[in-house]
Amino acid sequence: MQKKSILRVIILVLISALLLSMAACGKTGDDKSQETSDKSQETSDTSQAEIQEPASFGWTKTLSLAETGVVKETAPALTGDASQLKIGVILVGDETEGYTKAHIDGIKDAADELGLSESQIIWKYSVAENEDVVTAADQLYAEGCRLIISNSYGHQEYMLEAATKHSDAHFIALTGDNAAANVAANVVSNFSNAFTDVYESRYVSGVVAGLKLKALVDDGTLTKEKLPDSFDADGNIKIGYVGAFNYAEVMSGFTAFFLGIKSVVSNVSMEVYYTSSWFDFDKEKSAAETFINRGCVIIGQHADSAGAPTAVETAYDAGKLVFSVGYNVSMLDAAEDAALTSATNVWGVYYKYAFATFINGGDIAVNWSAGYNDGAVEITELGASCAEGTAAYVEDIINQIKAGTLHVFDTSKFTYKGKNLTWAYATDSDGNYVYDMNNVIADGYYHESHVQSAPAFNILIDGISELNTPGN
Amino acid sequence: MENKIKKRREPLIHISKRISVAAWKAWLIRLGAFLGALTFIALFVYLIFGINPSDLYSTMFKGAFVGKNYLIPTLKAAAKLLCIAVALAPAFKMRFWNIGAEGQMLAGAMAAAFVMREYSAMPNWLLLLVMCLFSIIAGGIWGLIPAVFKAKFGTNETLFTLMMNYIAAKIVDYFYNIWRGAKSALGLINGNVLQKDIYEKGYLRYFWSGKNDSVWYKSEDTWYIIIIGIIAILMYVYLKKTKQGYEIAVVGDSQNTARYAGISVNKVIIRTMIISGAICGLCGFMTVSFQSHSISSEIAGGYGFTAIIVAWMSRMNTLAMAGVSVLVIALENGSQAVANAYSTSTGFPSSTASIIVSVFLMFIIGSEFFINYKINFRHISAKEVA
Repeated sequence: MQKKSILRVIILVLISALLLSMAACGKTGDDKSQETSDKSQETSDTSQAEIQEPASFGWTKTLSLAETGVVKETAPALTGDASQLKIGVILVGDETEGYTKAHIDGIKDAADELGLSESQIIWKYSVAENEDVVTAADQLYAEGCRLIISNSYGHQEYMLEAATKHSDAHFIALTGDNAAANVAANVVSNFSNAFTDVYESRYVSGVVAGLKLKALVDDGTLTKEKLPDSFDADGNIKIGYVGAFNYAEVMSGFTAFFLGIKSVVSNVSMEVYYTSSWFDFDKEKSAAETFINRGCVIIGQHADSAGAPTAVETAYDAGKLVFSVGYNVSMLDAAEDAALTSATNVWGVYYKYAFATFINGGDIAVNWSAGYNDGAVEITELGASCAEGTAAYVEDIINQIKAGTLHVFDTSKFTYKGKNLTWAYATDSDGNYVYDMNNVIADGYYHESHVQSAPAFNILIDGISELNTPGN
Repeated sequence: MENKIKKRREPLIHISKRISVAAWKAWLIRLGAFLGALTFIALFVYLIFGINPSDLYSTMFKGAFVGKNYLIPTLKAAAKLLCIAVALAPAFKMRFWNIGAEGQMLAGAMAAAFVMREYSAMPNWLLLLVMCLFSIIAGGIWGLIPAVFKAKFGTNETLFTLMMNYIAAKIVDYFYNIWRGAKSALGLINGNVLQKDIYEKGYLRYFWSGKNDSVWYKSEDTWYIIIIGIIAILMYVYLKKTKQGYEIAVVGDSQNTARYAGISVNKVIIRTMIISGAICGLCGFMTVSFQSHSISSEIAGGYGFTAIIVAWMSRMNTLAMAGVSVLVIALENGSQAVANAYSTSTGFPSSTASIIVSVFLMFIIGSEFFINYKINFRHISAKEVA
């Protein structure tokens, strides 16, 4: 009898604890979601001119361009001995994923060019973004690697931990953004981040899509009368974009893509759907299908699978007027007819720089990012569906980017809430996801990848809207 | 009549249940299955990727056991798997098919991560204590809910516990996405060295100033493995030596017998599931505080399901589970080591690693069939020939 009542008491306590915790969670949850929606508000309000006066940070109203923290260099000539070098590589996927494959190819190219043998590179595939990174780094270090690289954003904190453990090896967290702060605070000195100026090739891939739209409009295929679904209420041609997350890397990418299209066809609008995953074939496919049903004519992507191009190809074969612009790798295998091109990073340029610098005993830049000028970005082979004259037009655009006469984020070419931006911060000093220092607008354009290598542009400009917030 | 019977043909093969099997015979069958799996995989990998079997197995062995950088990760992962399998043992013994260990562990991990992040101002010893307590309660609740429904309404516990996994995973996703903010990954909780006041709060290693993992008793890994080992031993004693353990066995064998003996079946079901869930919850706490220092819906890593196979293969013997867990993880880590070493030269993808593990498990589980059943071939009698 007594035992029974004890059991009852325990159950009662557990249930009340459940209810309490649910209530507590619910409450905090609400607060939090409130906060996040505030946050996303702030993120979209990044034209801080409206929300935060620079004076509140102790700045004078005339904002000079922040000092650049990003190095753009190509590989130095080899002067050191490379025979003893061992390089460890921690990859988030394997060669079956476009993003990781691009890194593998880049590393192999760089190693070939520098005469490194296959045995000098030790690989760790499919390493999740958790403490396994530290385990992998420890193993690589024990096997003699003194240059250790990881390729995913979520690896960086664990790479930092490994870097503090093994101070005589150099660690590079690609696409990361925490090296500069930790180096400045003397937490580590053997830690770097790197990225490419991929917004340049995204812009160019947008130009390719824009030329296609222009050709369709010019030959009378794409008109409001024939395809009313493909135009929004304001008469803009609809574009869809499958993004992974709503953070700067993706936002910077789709803005550049959109501006590329807009440079050719002015009446366009774009919707973005976030999949909350870098690689999810089914979600990317169904997001693309949603866009196709909404009448979108171009589907861009910043997610790593061929899900979107596959959906586009199916729709194209069924007679829909829709084309795909991919990322990382050519999508012509997945969408032979509907793929126009893909924006890609040429990681080999960075890897060659990092390997050669390391072999020479030099310091690998804390932040590195380069674009067309150094051959670090490009677009893939143009598909058969591309408009006539695309190749020549694109070459001209690339030359303008190289010459510095064309800037992707030219502030006269886009507006935020109806106004042209005159200044924008690009650094978050206190970790609350709101940029609060380092202005990067000067000379009439937003200087992307200027303070740090990872993209910083996170302003939702006019003409682009979000279909969802990620995480759902 | 006689003629008719004679004409009826006996099938070429027929299967009959063995009444009993000698232990040596059972182990011989298992050994045979193990060697069969080794041969099959060697052949498969050799024919498709051209990796010769001795290289394959030496790489696997090294990748799982040789050197502390490989042995410790194997033991850590095996400990996690063992802990969940141990948690399943009492439920399975009671024939309550709890396939919700994944969710129970996630619930515990979520509670720990929540306390760790939201109450980081507490002194660390208190924080750890509260994290631990909340994890156990959360895991216990996650086990209690399906048990109550089973006891009161006779719901199907397999489906119920399975669905509870998804609920837990979605709750974790929800918080993950909020906490992640504008980044693409959450990363470490309290892991920013630049925020000195909360840095490493809720980490076991914060306990020792000047964290020095090279001293064995300061290492989080040591405690992770030791505590889980102790849990396995306690569970062994609980199931074999205590009255409650006996009650579980009786309920598992026959609920009617249990009732006849005056055992309250509902009470046993509920109590046992609280214990089962609470141990999963504790595993969640230890994984957050001693290992990942973060949370995601992947934190259980599918071990909630793998543990079912481990528990089954060990026949609910929690000490045997330790061995089986090490075997399963060694296969996993060993196969991944093969992928790391040979992917670039032979195209051996890391997904093949899962095939290797699965083939092994299939052979070993399949061998249980041959232990329990006998295959009889038709005896060709003289009459038939005539």
